[in-house]
Amino acid sequence: MKDENLIQQPIALRLSSYFFLVFWCVMAAFPIFWISVMSVKLPFDAFDSNPLNVIFGPETLSKGKGLSLIDIIFALSIIFFTAKLATGWLVKMVNTYSPIGYRWLGWLVGAMTFGLSFIVIFLGFMPSLLSFLNDVSGPLGNNILGFSTEHYSTVWFEKDFINNFQNSLIVTTGVVTISLTFGTLAGYGLARSGSNLAFWILIIALVFRALPHSVLVTGYLPFFINSAEILRPIFGDAAPTLYGMPWATIAVLVAINQPFTIWMLRSFFQSIPAELDEAARVDGCSHFQAFRRVIMPVMWPGVITTGLFSFLLAYNDFLVTSMLLEAQNTTMVPAIASMFNMETTTTDQVVAVAAAVSIIAPLFFLVLFFQRQIVSGLTAGAVKG
Amino acid sequence: MNKKTFFAFIGPSVLMMVLFIALPLVTVLKQSFYVTQPVYETLDVETCTPTFTGQLCVVETKTIPIIGDNGKALSQTNFVGFLNYQNVIEFPRVIAAFADNSWNQFMAIDFWKALRFTLSFTLITLPLVLFFGLLIALCINNVAQSIRGPVIFVSLLPMIITPVIGALAIKWLFIGDGILTSFLEWWLAKDIAMFAQAWTIELLMMFYRTWHVAPFAAIVFYAGLQTLNQDTIESAIIDGANRWEKLRYVVLPHLIPLIVFVTLIHLMDSYRVFEEVVGFSSQAHVISLQWLTYDFLTSDLMGNRSIGRASASSMLTMIGIVLLLIPVLRGVWLDYKGKRL
Repeated sequence: MKDENLIQQPIALRLSSYFFLVFWCVMAAFPIFWISVMSVKLPFDAFDSNPLNVIFGPETLSKGKGLSLIDIIFALSIIFFTAKLATGWLVKMVNTYSPIGYRWLGWLVGAMTFGLSFIVIFLGFMPSLLSFLNDVSGPLGNNILGFSTEHYSTVWFEKDFINNFQNSLIVTTGVVTISLTFGTLAGYGLARSGSNLAFWILIIALVFRALPHSVLVTGYLPFFINSAEILRPIFGDAAPTLYGMPWATIAVLVAINQPFTIWMLRSFFQSIPAELDEAARVDGCSHFQAFRRVIMPVMWPGVITTGLFSFLLAYNDFLVTSMLLEAQNTTMVPAIASMFNMETTTTDQVVAVAAAVSIIAPLFFLVLFFQRQIVSGLTAGAVKG
Repeated sequence: MNKKTFFAFIGPSVLMMVLFIALPLVTVLKQSFYVTQPVYETLDVETCTPTFTGQLCVVETKTIPIIGDNGKALSQTNFVGFLNYQNVIEFPRVIAAFADNSWNQFMAIDFWKALRFTLSFTLITLPLVLFFGLLIALCINNVAQSIRGPVIFVSLLPMIITPVIGALAIKWLFIGDGILTSFLEWWLAKDIAMFAQAWTIELLMMFYRTWHVAPFAAIVFYAGLQTLNQDTIESAIIDGANRWEKLRYVVLPHLIPLIVFVTLIHLMDSYRVFEEVVGFSSQAHVISLQWLTYDFLTSDLMGNRSIGRASASSMLTMIGIVLLLIPVLRGVWLDYKGKRL
């Protein structure tokens, strides 16, 4: 018998839950929303103390840079239809046309083509079409919202952020592939072995995870700078100076990431019943074949989730990349530090804001597409113990 | 799985960790007892300048670094014992500060300043993160199914954002006459400068960290709430438990393993607080242990890095995290032994 009055929540409690969640969502999203607004305004508006001026940007408008009602409606509807197409039509196309067993390749190609055509339409055709529409539509075509992309072009073209972006791409791709390759092997081994050694490796990995990264960098730095001399007896004149080499940084980030990766992958492997590889073994597979042909195909969700977190670590890292790569040739996050540290004028500050928004934009889409995987990754280690 | 296969599977990963984690630790320990310095020589240098009446020559004694064959300054590495540690800890100044009974003098020493901030940061944000994480999780669990997804999406944003950028985003809201500072000024009717003194910066840093980590705690707790046994709750209700007692005696005990997990992760992560110092550019007021090491490592104008001192402060930082984690790890060990017995 249930006491309905106690199961049913009082209306006040429910309302306060909603109220608190609204408050929390505003707090969570506001700083991110606000810097995106600031990044498209001229400096005077961006750092105005009146929030309405920051949003509408009168100074930016008076310079003739803005969006009209038509622009806004047009852009929003294009974004809306793109999202519709991406979740409906694109999924169907990929499922129909990708070769069996290579669904991921189909997704890669599909997503790339889709993204590219969106960029071409949105940034290539739309501006000229809209300027024509604004001219012919009279009062509706007047600018009402200050909007200027000049800081973005300063960041990406004058400050050579493209170079930093490429470096970020190289480093994150390297880190994700290598740490997943090593991590799945180790995670599988650890999950299927009940030995004491496996336990101790996991505990030591946990301690390694706790190490501040600066401690490790202190260990690498002298060696990396002088590696050409130190390694000369072994490699001869081909001995490389590891300092400033992307590959060395990738190796370091993979190692730093390894403890976390093997813990997470181990817990995903443990959720796959051991009977599955026993069956494969009975059918004549070696351990490695069982791993490769039977376990990996059902492990993709876990691998994708772990890959996301490896990506985040490599992408968000400041300390290691800023220490081990040359200042002129770093990834995006250390590059922004040099921007806001020399901010002398307010224009420089808004340029730094635009760079910051450029860095977090990919992360926004990451959450949008992979929300479920991220949540399952966060809870994988915890709930299963 | 036999030993050989096991080693084949874990080999690459363990090799990586040995090469890039264990080995550097040994190197750091060794470096902390050595100092590398450029070799200097003292020379009498005669500089002559032409004057109207002839040449005026001055002989000066200069100390200049010796340049080696490869065009770089020669350097030598000497064993110095605990000198690096002494230079970091600065005991004479500590004693002098205590003799004067002056906290400010004590806090003027970089290492102790960094230690004080790092520890208070870690220990103050921990309960905040746990509390707000639990609150958000309970609220999400309390609302209609259809809005849970969007709420979780928005909650993930602060967690996933690049830490340096997150700190910067908060800073830009408060810097100078940023909108939130002007709002506070209007509300409290007085002049506020958030970045002029240490304690306001620390407050912002703790706010940022709670904002950044609470979603993680919330999602972990929310997942835990999903596995709550409904029968236990019903029997608690039949036994006459009110809402608070239900939370206190049924829900919280169920979440204990998750609370330990979040505590462990948060202790590790907040002890290495660093990005906040970079993002808020607070080095003049507030520094952390990791930032101290980073600063020693950064090359000065002459291109020298104080590796020895950085190694000493690294070792001290490491001792700190081990001390902080021992209680938690001891729990894991006892749990493991209990399971095996």
